[in-house]
Amino acid sequence: MATRNAQRKLLSICLRSKAQTKYQYNSSRNFSVTRSSLQSYSSPLPDSYYNEEQLQMQATIAKIIENDINPFVDEWETKEEFPAHQVFKKLGNAGLLGIDKSEEYGGLGLDFKYLAAVMEELGTIRCAGVPMAILVQMAMTCQALHRFGSDELKKEFLVPSISGDFVACVGVSEAGAGSDVANTQTRAVRKGDDLIINGQKMWITNSLQADWMCLLANTSDGNPYKNKSLICVPMNSKGITKQKIHKIGNNSSDTGIIFFEDVRVPAKNIIGEEGSGFFYQMLQFQEERMAGAVGVLKGIDAALSETIDYTRQRKAFGKSILDNQYVYFRLCELASENESLRALTYKAIDMFVDGQEVTRLASMAKLKAGRLAREVGDTCLQFWGGMGYTREAAISRFFRDARLLSIGGGADEIMLEIIAKLMNISPPPPPKKK
Amino acid sequence: MAMRALVGCKRVIDYAVKVRVKPDKTGVVIDGVKHSMNPFDEIAVEEAVRMKEKKLVSEIVAVSCGPAQCQETLRTAMAMGADKAIHVEIPAKEFELVQPIHIAKILAKLATDVKADVVILGKQAIDDDCNQTAQMTAAFLDWPQAVFAAKIEKDGDSLAVTREIDGGTETIKVNVPAVISADLRLNEPRYATLPNIMKAKKKPMEKKTAKDLGVDLTPRIQVISVEDPPVREAGQKVDDVDQLITKLKGLGRI
Ligand SMILES: Cc1cc2nc3c(=O)[nH]c(=O)nc-3n(C[C@H](O)[C@H](O)[C@H](O)COP(=O)(O)OP(=O)(O)OC[C@H]3O[C@@H](n4cnc5c(N)ncnc54)[C@H](O)[C@@H]3O)c2cc1C
Repeated sequence: MATRNAQRKLLSICLRSKAQTKYQYNSSRNFSVTRSSLQSYSSPLPDSYYNEEQLQMQATIAKIIENDINPFVDEWETKEEFPAHQVFKKLGNAGLLGIDKSEEYGGLGLDFKYLAAVMEELGTIRCAGVPMAILVQMAMTCQALHRFGSDELKKEFLVPSISGDFVACVGVSEAGAGSDVANTQTRAVRKGDDLIINGQKMWITNSLQADWMCLLANTSDGNPYKNKSLICVPMNSKGITKQKIHKIGNNSSDTGIIFFEDVRVPAKNIIGEEGSGFFYQMLQFQEERMAGAVGVLKGIDAALSETIDYTRQRKAFGKSILDNQYVYFRLCELASENESLRALTYKAIDMFVDGQEVTRLASMAKLKAGRLAREVGDTCLQFWGGMGYTREAAISRFFRDARLLSIGGGADEIMLEIIAKLMNISPPPPPKKK
Repeated sequence: MAMRALVGCKRVIDYAVKVRVKPDKTGVVIDGVKHSMNPFDEIAVEEAVRMKEKKLVSEIVAVSCGPAQCQETLRTAMAMGADKAIHVEIPAKEFELVQPIHIAKILAKLATDVKADVVILGKQAIDDDCNQTAQMTAAFLDWPQAVFAAKIEKDGDSLAVTREIDGGTETIKVNVPAVISADLRLNEPRYATLPNIMKAKKKPMEKKTAKDLGVDLTPRIQVISVEDPPVREAGQKVDDVDQLITKLKGLGRI
């Protein structure tokens, strides 16, 4: 064991010096100790669910996380920004950004379960902002472009997004159109061979550093479900201005308001059919919901683990906090909940890969994930006491970050509306206005 | 120079796992514990791949001895760049008492069978810390050895190997065929990229047993008891040297 300990020491020295110097990108790796295997709680399910290649992919992303992400998370959270181009390039080089995209454009042509394996491992990043940024790039910006875009558009935007040279963002939400996507106001009006875009997008992840946006805008008037298009917009186009939004969590992820003033892009930048934007956007929601659910599982495992460790060593009234039945029962209960969520999410992924309809299960998994992450963050923070209320404690970050899951990617109530429809218990729609 | 390299890949308990002794003290807990490739073997694989990239090596054969799960370790080696793999299956129970001398015999036989020009192994495995296999393999083959390598370069038809020694490094020239063991600073192994993980699936993996290779695995040791290292006793902080001396005197140490 002598070597094992020597290596740990060597490595902790490396990590410390690395974290102190300015963030520099290199291909080095060290033996590290921040791995999930040291955790007091880890799930037995992933090892039997994923196949050998999927587990190996998890090992690859785990190494990148250990060496090139986790040591810098605190710094990025404080700065409210992370170097997206550098991190994405690293991921792109390892082949992680095009798992489900076709080989023709630099992807791997694998099914969604391979993507899910990697997304689950992203949950070991010690904040939610960076994994969210990666998930947006991997699973939310390029799906429509990949499926419906022209070869020319794919070469221009998809290829560099898969290789990690481009940072991508998806611009759907607006100040007045969040849950209600149909109410989008941003307009793209045809002028000759071009589109002239006016309006604004709000809450856009990655937007401050992005090279391009997959923009949802109205390309005509009339039926709000048939007048929208998805458009590839280079973010250095004239007429685009940006404003940062400061949030209570997910601090390292840059969230922006993007203003469009007579922004001109070629009309051929429309993805697929003009007027199909709303439909295309809806198509990728299942994947987005499953991504949200699968992405939080390991974050919850870690929150439980760290709470077990903390409460075990913290003493009050002559015994460990953990030794109170209320405390350890609650932790067991939350672990059980997380395994149920995991099983549900895994099932939804399998059915989706199998080509079955998963709207109900995916919406349920997303709903449960948001709810459970809040419950875990709140309960665990409570068990940390005053320490949990400090910025230093990882649990306070989880508490703040996890809160987003019930809002973004379709709020809990939107999930409930969808589930209600599929259960045939939603009230009849209001009578149509004359 | 285009050599064939044989590289050892031992499957060990992952370096980040806290190793626990079994309650009956017959060994350490391995069931349900994360395993991965011995980090020094990763360095060995990486070096072979780099030598292949420099056209010093034409083919890399990865070998792992142990239970069926060693095939996962071999897939990792192939995802990093090894061309093919040989799994010498030794059932878990039997593997517990297998020692460097057994593995060295297996490796020597395989090196001869595959006509290897260079055998690259990790300098030691982080589970038993033996640091014997490379040396013994060289002895069985009667090849020169260059252990604790920190740098491997071509030198005419030979190799110049810089070795880590007490107080610094030394550079030696070895004729091939040779056995080399990799030290920590030889290189920093790459990640297996996703495309290479998928490609590794299609690379050939041969299965053999020790018996096929004519190696007798009869144990030469018997484990009497495995114990946790003693726990360090709590220390005390003192403000200055005077206080330290007073304390030590009080304890009767000086
Ligand atoms: C950090 C962050 C990152 C984001 N990233 C992106 C991005 O990259 N791209 C993008 O396009 N968008 C992004 N969003 C926007 C996100 O998708 C929206 O915030 C979300 O859809 C909710 O919309 P809203 O904020 O306008 O809330 P509103 O639509 O105003 O809803 C407010 C609340 O009202 C309730 N509510 C709404 N509708 C109903 C209903 N039918 N029944 C019952 N209750 C209801 C819900 O509780 C909801 O939370 C991001 C948001 C955040 C906070």
